[in-house]
Amino acid sequence: MTLAPARPVTPTAPAPTATPTRGGRRVAFGWAVACVVALSVVSLFVGVSALSPGDVLAALTGASGAAGRDDLVVLLVSRVPRTVAVLLAGTGMAVAGMLMQVLVRNRFVEPSTAGTVESAVLGILVVTLVAPGAPLMAKMGVAAAFALAGTALFLRVLRAVPLRSVLVVPLVGLMLGGVISAATTFVAYRTDLLQSLGAWTTGDFSGVLRGRYELLWVAFALTLVAYLAADRFTVAGMGRDVATTLGLSYRAVMNLGLVLVSLVSAVVVVTVGIVPFLGLVVPNVVSRLLGDDVRRTAPWVAVLGAGLVLVCDLVGRVVRYPYEVPVGVVVGVVGSVALLHLLLRRDARVA
Amino acid sequence: MIRVSGAVKAYGATRVVDGVDLELAPGGVTSIIGPNGAGKSTLLSCVARLLELDGGTVTVDGLDVHRTPGDVLARRLSVLRQDNHLTARLTVRDLVGFGRYPWSKGRPTPDDERHVVEALAFLELEAFADRYLDELSGGQRQRAFVAMVLCQGTDYVLLDEPLNNLDLRHAVAMMRLLRRAADELGRTVVVVLHDVNVAAAYSDVVVAMRDGVVVHQGPPSQLMRTDVLRDVYDLELTVHHLDGRPVAVPVL
Ligand SMILES: Nc1ncnc2c1ncn2[C@@H]1O[C@H](COP(=O)(O)OP(=O)(O)OP(=O)(O)O)[C@@H](O)[C@H]1O
Ligand SMILES: [Mg+2]
Repeated sequence: MTLAPARPVTPTAPAPTATPTRGGRRVAFGWAVACVVALSVVSLFVGVSALSPGDVLAALTGASGAAGRDDLVVLLVSRVPRTVAVLLAGTGMAVAGMLMQVLVRNRFVEPSTAGTVESAVLGILVVTLVAPGAPLMAKMGVAAAFALAGTALFLRVLRAVPLRSVLVVPLVGLMLGGVISAATTFVAYRTDLLQSLGAWTTGDFSGVLRGRYELLWVAFALTLVAYLAADRFTVAGMGRDVATTLGLSYRAVMNLGLVLVSLVSAVVVVTVGIVPFLGLVVPNVVSRLLGDDVRRTAPWVAVLGAGLVLVCDLVGRVVRYPYEVPVGVVVGVVGSVALLHLLLRRDARVA
Repeated sequence: MIRVSGAVKAYGATRVVDGVDLELAPGGVTSIIGPNGAGKSTLLSCVARLLELDGGTVTVDGLDVHRTPGDVLARRLSVLRQDNHLTARLTVRDLVGFGRYPWSKGRPTPDDERHVVEALAFLELEAFADRYLDELSGGQRQRAFVAMVLCQGTDYVLLDEPLNNLDLRHAVAMMRLLRRAADELGRTVVVVLHDVNVAAAYSDVVVAMRDGVVVHQGPPSQLMRTDVLRDVYDLELTVHHLDGRPVAVPVL
C-alpha cells in the first residue's frame, strides 16, 4: 500500500439523525405517561359493581351516606389494588424481559421463553405440597429460587449448544419451559392440584384485593434497582470482552441481572400468574424506536409495559361483560401474534 | 512498561502462545506482525486480560493484569479486538460514550463529554454520530470502535488490526492518529498489522511472531531485510528504498 498523503475528501453531508431529539423524546414520554394515567383512571371505574367518578365524589363529600361508604370500599379494596397491581406487574415483566434480552444478547428471550416462569410455577407447586400453610413471602422465595435455577439451567444449555443461531436460543428456552411444565403438570395431576395450577399459570387480576398484591411493590423496587444499574447492563450487553475492557465484572453484572429477572418473575407469578410474551413485545418495540441503551429505554419499557397490560386487562373486563377474560389470555393472544410477526419479519436473522 | 514473561496459552495440546517474553517501553508505537495463526491476537488478548494465561505473567506498569482489579486496569489499558460484533443497537455517540465508562461510571462529566466529541472528530465520525451501528459501512463501524477505545483515555492502547475494512485514506489517517497519540499524548500504542510496509513506516519497534513465539524484535530498519522477512513469512521479499523509506515487495 502506498503511504502518500491522500487528497482530502469533501466532508459527507450530515445524515438525517436516526434518533429523535432528546427534547422530542421527553415530550413523547410525557404523553405516554399521561395516557397510562388516564387509562388507570378509566380502569378504576370499570367493573361489575357500578361505580362512577360522581359516586366517589358524592361518597367523599358524605352526600350519599351508607351507599357512599360501600362505593369507597369497592374503590379502595378492589379497584385501586387491581389497577396498581396491573401497573406494577406490567412494569416488572416488561423490564425483566428487556434485561434478559440485553444479557442473553438475543431479542427473542424473555422469562416466559427461557424456562424462568415455568420454573417459578414448579416452585410454587413444590412449596404448596411440602409446606401448604407457608406465608406468601416464603412461597415467593421458593418460587424465586426455582426461577433462578431454571434460568441458570437455560444458560447452561445454551453454552452447550454449538452454533447458536438467533432463533435457536428462544427455541431452546421454549423446549426447556415445555419440559418443566410437563413435569409440573404431572406432579399436579398426581396430587390433585391441577385446578390450582391453572390459577397460577393464567395471569389474572380479578382476584386482586387489598392485602393480596402488595408483594408486587417488591417487583417494582427491583425494577428500580435495574434502572440504577442500567449502564452496567448495557455494557454487559456488549459482551464479556467489552465489559472487561471497561473494567466491569461481567459475571457479577450477569448474576445481578439474572437474580433481578428471577425475583421479578417469581413475584409476578405468585401474585397474579403468568403474563406471557409481555417482556418480548414491549422491549422489542422500544428497541426498534430508541435503540438499546438501557438507561434511555428502561423508562419507556416500564411505561409501555404497564400501558399494554392495562389495555389488555380492560379489554378482558369489557369484552364479555359482566364476565371476565383473564388478562393472561388477552396478553397471550396479542403477544403471540406479535411474536410471530417478529420471528417472521424478513430481517429476523440480524435482529 | 508492558512486561510479558514466559507467557503460555494452549488450546488442548497446541500451544498457540508458546513462552513469549516481551518488554515494551512506555511511549511510542509498537507493531506486531506475523502470518495468520501466529498467535498475535491471542497474545494481545492475554495482555488485555481477555484471556487467562496457562503460564507466565503479564504486567503493565508493574500491575499483574490478571490480578489487578478490573476497574483499576480499565483506566490504564484499553483494547480493540479483531472482530467486533454487537447485538445491541447503539448509536455511534452512545458507543463512544461508553468508552468513558471507567471514568464516569455512567455519570458523564463535561470532561467526559469533551473526550467523546474529540474522539468523534479525530475519526471523522461527526456525520454519523447519531446513526445506529448497524446502519454504517464496515469501515465506518471500525472507526467507531477505535474511537471508543481512544476515548477511554488510557496510557496503553492495544489495537488488533485496526486497519480492517478501512479505505486507503482512512488507513493512513488512522496510522497518523496512532503516531500522534504516541508523540503528542505520550500514549503507548501496540498495534497488530498485516502490512509490513505500514508497520515499518509508522512504528518505533516491530515485533514479529510466528507459531506462537517472537521471532524478531527491533526497529523497522532491522526488520526490513529479505532474510528476516523470509523467516517470518516464508516468502521472498525484496526491499527497495523509496524516498529513503524501506519498502518490501514480493518477488513475482
Ligand atoms: N478458541 C480457540 N480454540 C482453539 N484454537 C484456537 C482458538 N482461538 C485461536 N486458536 C488458534 O490459535 C492460533 C493463533 O490464533 P490467533 O487468533 O492468535 O492468530 P493471529 O496471529 O491473530 O492470526 P490472524 O492474523 O489470522 O488474526 C491459531 O492457530 C488458531 O487456530
Ligand atoms: Mg488475529
